[in-house]
Order: sequence, then C-alpha cells, then structure tokens
Amino acid sequence: MLFSPNQMHIPDGFLSGIVSIVLWLVSIAVLAIALRKTNKTLGDREIPLMGVLAAAIFAGQMLNFSITGGTSGHLLGAALATILLGPWSAVLVLTSVVAIQALIFQDGGLLALGANIFNMAIVGVFSANLVYTLIRKVSMGKSWSILVGGFVAAWTSIFIASLAAALELSISGTSPANLSIPAMGGIHALIGIGEGLITTGALAFIYASRRDLFTPEKAEAGTGKLVLIAGGILTLILAILSPLASSHPDGLEWVAEQQGFIEKAQEAVYNLIPDYTFPGIDNPTLSTIIAGVIGAILVFGVAFTVAKLQKKQAAN
Amino acid sequence: MPEPLPNPIIEIQNLRFQYPDGKVALEELTLTIFTGEKVALVGPNGAGKSTLILHLNGIFQGKGSIRVKGVDITSKTLEKVRSMVGLVFQNPDDQLFSPTVYEDVAYGPVYMGLPKAEVHARVTAALNAVHMQGFEQNVPFHLSGGEKKRVAIATVLSMQPEILVFDEPTAGLDPRSRREFIELLEELPQTMLIATHDLDLVQRMTNRVVVIDRGKIVADGSPEQILGDHALLLAHGLA
Amino acid sequence: MRTHDFYEPRVSVVHQSDARVKVILTLAFILAINLLPPGTWANYLLFLSLIFSAEILSRLGIGYHLKRSLLALPFVLAALPLLFTLPSPYHSIPIFGVNLQISQPGLERFLSIAVRSWISIQAAILLAASTRFPDLMIALRMLKIPPIFVAIISLMWRYLFVIIEEATRLERARSSRSGAAPYGSARPGGRVWWRAKVTGGMVGNLFLRSLERSDRIYAAMLSRGYNGNPPTATIAPLNRQETLTIVLGLLTFLFLLFTGLTLGV
Repeated sequence: MLFSPNQMHIPDGFLSGIVSIVLWLVSIAVLAIALRKTNKTLGDREIPLMGVLAAAIFAGQMLNFSITGGTSGHLLGAALATILLGPWSAVLVLTSVVAIQALIFQDGGLLALGANIFNMAIVGVFSANLVYTLIRKVSMGKSWSILVGGFVAAWTSIFIASLAAALELSISGTSPANLSIPAMGGIHALIGIGEGLITTGALAFIYASRRDLFTPEKAEAGTGKLVLIAGGILTLILAILSPLASSHPDGLEWVAEQQGFIEKAQEAVYNLIPDYTFPGIDNPTLSTIIAGVIGAILVFGVAFTVAKLQKKQAAN
Repeated sequence: MPEPLPNPIIEIQNLRFQYPDGKVALEELTLTIFTGEKVALVGPNGAGKSTLILHLNGIFQGKGSIRVKGVDITSKTLEKVRSMVGLVFQNPDDQLFSPTVYEDVAYGPVYMGLPKAEVHARVTAALNAVHMQGFEQNVPFHLSGGEKKRVAIATVLSMQPEILVFDEPTAGLDPRSRREFIELLEELPQTMLIATHDLDLVQRMTNRVVVIDRGKIVADGSPEQILGDHALLLAHGLA
Repeated sequence: MRTHDFYEPRVSVVHQSDARVKVILTLAFILAINLLPPGTWANYLLFLSLIFSAEILSRLGIGYHLKRSLLALPFVLAALPLLFTLPSPYHSIPIFGVNLQISQPGLERFLSIAVRSWISIQAAILLAASTRFPDLMIALRMLKIPPIFVAIISLMWRYLFVIIEEATRLERARSSRSGAAPYGSARPGGRVWWRAKVTGGMVGNLFLRSLERSDRIYAAMLSRGYNGNPPTATIAPLNRQETLTIVLGLLTFLFLLFTGLTLGV
C-alpha cells in the first residue's frame, strides 16, 4: 500500500500569500476553540484518544476499493470522525492528520496548511455535523438515520470542502472560477459518493459492534446551536457563492475583479516601501541574467566546498 | 524423506524475496507439497515463514516460480490462485470486517460473482464445517478468540480452496480453545500447510515437517525424524 | 513501506542544525517566495539557487529532492486554464497539429505558480528529510503551538505505523479472499457499492481497534503517573550562532522579496 496524494490537498504556490495567511488565522482561531472544548469534555483522555484516532483515520485513508479502470475510491474521514466523536474532537483529529501529511509527507503545502485545515478539518466537519444532526433530528433518532445521515453527511463534507478549495484557488488567481468550481465540484460530487459508501460501511460495522458509541449521552456536548449555525453559514455561503462565482456572466471578469482587489491591497502595502532598484539595473531581463550567474556561483561554491569536505573526511 | 506422492499441488522453485529495505527474506527456496499432505512449517521468529506463506497466493511476488495445481502465479492468474489457496491469518481480527458473521463468510463467494443461492449454500456449509452454525447473525467483533478463529477459517472454506494455509493457528488461544481447534483441524480434509511454533500440534496432526531458518529450508522429514533430532531443534531455536 | 523513508540520516550541517532554526527558516522561505509577484524570474532564480545550495549542503543532493518533488506535479493541472483565459497578447503555438492560442500573461502566471510550488515543496522536503520527528515537535512547541496539540500529534506519530501495519494486514486478508471461481463464467469483483461497503467495514474495524488501543494507552499512561498534562521538557534557548543564522536567513529572504516587489511590479 503506497501513500497516495489526494487532490484535495493544495500544495504551496497555488494560493496567494494573502489568502494563505487569512485562512491560517481563521484555522488557528477555530482550533483554539476546539482545544478548549475537547479539553473540557474529555479531560486527560484527550491526548491518547485524539492521537490514536488521528492515526486510525490516516491509516484508514490508505484503504481503498477499486472503482473501474485503475481508479479507486478512498476515505477522507471528516464525516466519520464527526459522527463518532462530535465536531470539536473531529476538528482536532482531522487537523492532526492534515498537519502530519503536510509536515512529513509533503501532501499539501506548509503555507497552504491553514487553507487545507480550513477546507478539510473545519468546513468538512462543520458541514457534515450540520447535515447529520438535521437528519437525525428529522428522523426522531431512528437508527436507520445513522446510515442515511452518515451517507449524506459524508457526501456533503467532500462536496462543500471541494467548493471551498476551488473558491480559494480562484480568489488566488490560480484557476478561473468558471472552470475550477464546476470541475472541482463535479469531480468531488462523484468522489463524495465513494466517501458516503465507505462511511456508511464503517458506521454499519461500528453500529453492530459498539452501539453504545451512538447513544446521545456519549455524543459531545459541543453539538450546540452555535456549531450548527456556523456549519449552516459555512455550507450556505459555499453552496451559494460558488455557483454564483462560476455562473457569473463572465467568471473570468469576476476573478479579475477579485484579483484586482487583492492587487490594489498589495499595492497599498508596497507603496509604503520606497522605490528601490538594484543600483544601475532596472531591466528585468538583465537582472534575471545576473541572478542566474549569482545563483550558479552560489550553488557551485557550495557543491565544491561540500565535495572538498567529503574528501577530507574520507582521507581521515 | 517421505514417499513422494504422485500429485504435486504446490511447486516452489528457487523463490527469492528481498524486502524494499534490502533485507533478504527468502533465498533460493525450493519446496513441493503434494495433495493430501499435512505439512508443518517450523522455524524461529524472522525465519521467513510468514513471508513464504504470503507468496502462496501472490500477496508477495518474489523471484523464482510458484505453481499451484500447475498454474503459475502471475498477475493474470492471481484471482484464480486465490480461490485455490485459502490463507488463514494469525489474528482473526484482521480477517473479520463485516457487521455479521454471515457477511464475512459470504465475502469470498460474493466476490467470485456466484449466484445468491450458491453463496448461501456455501456459507451454510462453511459454518457447519467449523461448528459455528447458528452464528450467522452474530457480530464477529463480539465473538470469543476461539470462535473468531473458527469463523476466520469459515471465511476461507466458503471459497472451497484445495489447500489451507495457516499462520500460527494456535497462538493466543486458551488451552480448551486450542484443543477444540486442533480437533477441528483434524476433521478438515484439505491439504494443509501450517506455520507454527506449537510442536505438540506438529506431532499430533502433520505427516511432514519442513524446517526453515534465515530464508532457507534446513530440514525436511517426518515429524518423528525432525522432532527427535534435538541438536537440529536447538540449532534453529526450536528447543 | 515507503512511508518510512521520510527521514534520511546524513552527517551534514543541515541535519545537525537546531530544528527550530530549520522550521523558522523553512516557513519564512516558503512565505517569502509565495509573496513574490508573478514573473519576477530573477528572484525565483535566486530562491532556487538558495534551496539547491541547502540541498547540496544536506548531502541529500538535488536529485533526491527533484524526485520527491514530483508529488505535487499533478496539481499544476488546476492552473493550466490560465494559459487560455488571461488577456492578450496571444501567441499561437502548434501542438499536435492544432494551433493553440496561448496568452502571454497567462503563461507567465502559470509558470510562476509552477516554479513557486516546485521551490516551496523542495524546502518542505528538505525539512522533513533532515529533521527527526521529536526535534520537529520541540520546534513546534517553541513556535507557540499549544503543548496539548503537539502531544496529540506526537502520540499520533507514535502509533501511526502500528496502525498502518494493521491496515496493511486487513488489506492482505481481503486480497487473499478476492478470488475468481475456477470454473464457470462468473465475473469476479462484486458490485462497486458492495466493495465500497466492505472497505468501510475495514475502516470501522480499524477505528474500533484503535479506540480500544487508546483505552490501553490511557491506562498505561495513568499507571506511569500521567495527570492530564503533556510532559514538557525544558528547552534550551537558542545560542548566539543559531540566532545569527535565523537573522541572516530572514534578512536574505526579506531582501529577495523586497527587490522582487519593487523591481518586478
């Protein structure tokens, strides 16, 4: 079993600096709340439980089933974690997974980690929580709604998280909204079905084996109104904003507008910096050539020194 | 050496397997098993027993050749071979992943694409064979260790394999479960290869013993011959 | 398993540097290059030569990083439409007999994204390959990441490979039973939704076993006097040389960013 990169993990370079930083700040704020809430409900069980289950979700993501012609489906796990642990614990578990994937396996960038946490661990969990809770309420807690709710919640988490990712890419000027949103959304509407089926299978197994995990008193106290409202707002914004952005008469214009706004903001910042040029060099081509020469000398110098050191060591 | 039976069922020729980290697990291993034999595979920890077993239905694919009933194991014949060689893993928890015993035992036949009636017949027969009839709707997760082991065998029997391969079948069982389990093995008619440290099991139910150490076969003979050779057992960490 | 290969031991200046220095410089490096405007090729080139130099210094070599950096490659597809959707001037390029109209600003932005991404991922690879996990965790704590969160991630790491091994065994047990009938015409495999459900059962199995494992770990932790607070070792402050390395590194990145912003725009 090899570690397979997931299309939902945005690498560095694809999000603009400002988008990355803003989403880092949002994620940090939500994580701070999640840490406080889980510490309150779990106390000293928090570390072993969250840590081991994060490892289980990571390993579970490696299990897959073949679909057709070499493609295979596998799990993200946001909805599964939410249903079994409650939203705040799920935020922590998914964040740990996404963080390790970026830090150790370079699946998703480090600067983009804030955005990836936001998409998978926050949007994914909150939207799944909203849908699952609503379906459970509507069904008056009948046991069939665990599986149905699990399926719909899993599908929603994937679909809405992918819309978030697509929107971030368009705002960053990386991918035009009228292409990226239908493309990402369309693919993940399909991937979401796989997520839903695996989640349902997992819930059926766990429900048969450990029914006690689904009793209401076991569920986290954090499924309060605020979480549901936050989930509702996130889900609605993404579900409404994305089609709006992509079906705008000219999606391109919309991106350009966003891009223009960000560029204006950047300009405002840069205007604080006095004009500065390399002394005597303001031609971009010339400066590129000079940079190339300087870079080559640097790399060569380092290589030369290391080779020399190695020789010296070998001689000793 | 035992009298060679006329009908080879597994023929391993010069099998060599190296882990990605460079460790050689099997070295030029050659072994033939004949229909109807009950063969014990013994050797110290890390000798290569489990690695060898995982080759027998193509989970691992090393250099050299393995033929099962005359069929070469290649990527093309994998599915065919897997229905002929039934692997029973050491930890039944690794093998049971369905909400009910019935679904777990039905996995193999359903994967084969068999019609519903035949799946049902096979599940019933397999559960009868391991004396677990009536457990169809039980949750595998809640069974006792001995019961899980039986169901694990049933999940393989439902595929109607011609050879059963066990990895440490008695490890972790309490004395009574172990005794009942050995009695069950004695009832099963299939050709068997049993990797084990349990020399009492070897004595009771096998008619041939293959000793493996550091990826090589170091001895091959009758249980009396091998178990009676104290120096051999000592040299390979078995006594 | 390939997942074990993230840390590559070498005797090098990079490996021996304090993890905190490496984490701060890596993050600053990636931030700086991602704040550069598109098309500032001179500055990209200098950032690239910096990361190349560090790769050579680490004795892991440039080739190792190039190979691993291919991981992010599929994602450039997301930026490909830029070639056609950004404004003129357009250049017509014949590909497979079709004349493609490619926008010059689009090409510039596309290449900038690809290069930026490529350089960033190399920095992340170098950090992971040259730093032991426990050192990385100490660095995270110094960066004011809450100790509880660091403890959760550390514990996750501690059991990750044990649980991946469990998943591998489940996978093997399933493959062993995925066979074809030796006679008849039945097509093996079952239905897709059924295969997905079985995979779900495996995930559920893994999840429940991990839940029980966490109970045992908790009991073991309690028996060793755990009181709910993650154990915190005191961390030595950075010495003068380490501080100097960080300051020099940050100044270099700042300089490159600054010239990129003022020259390139």
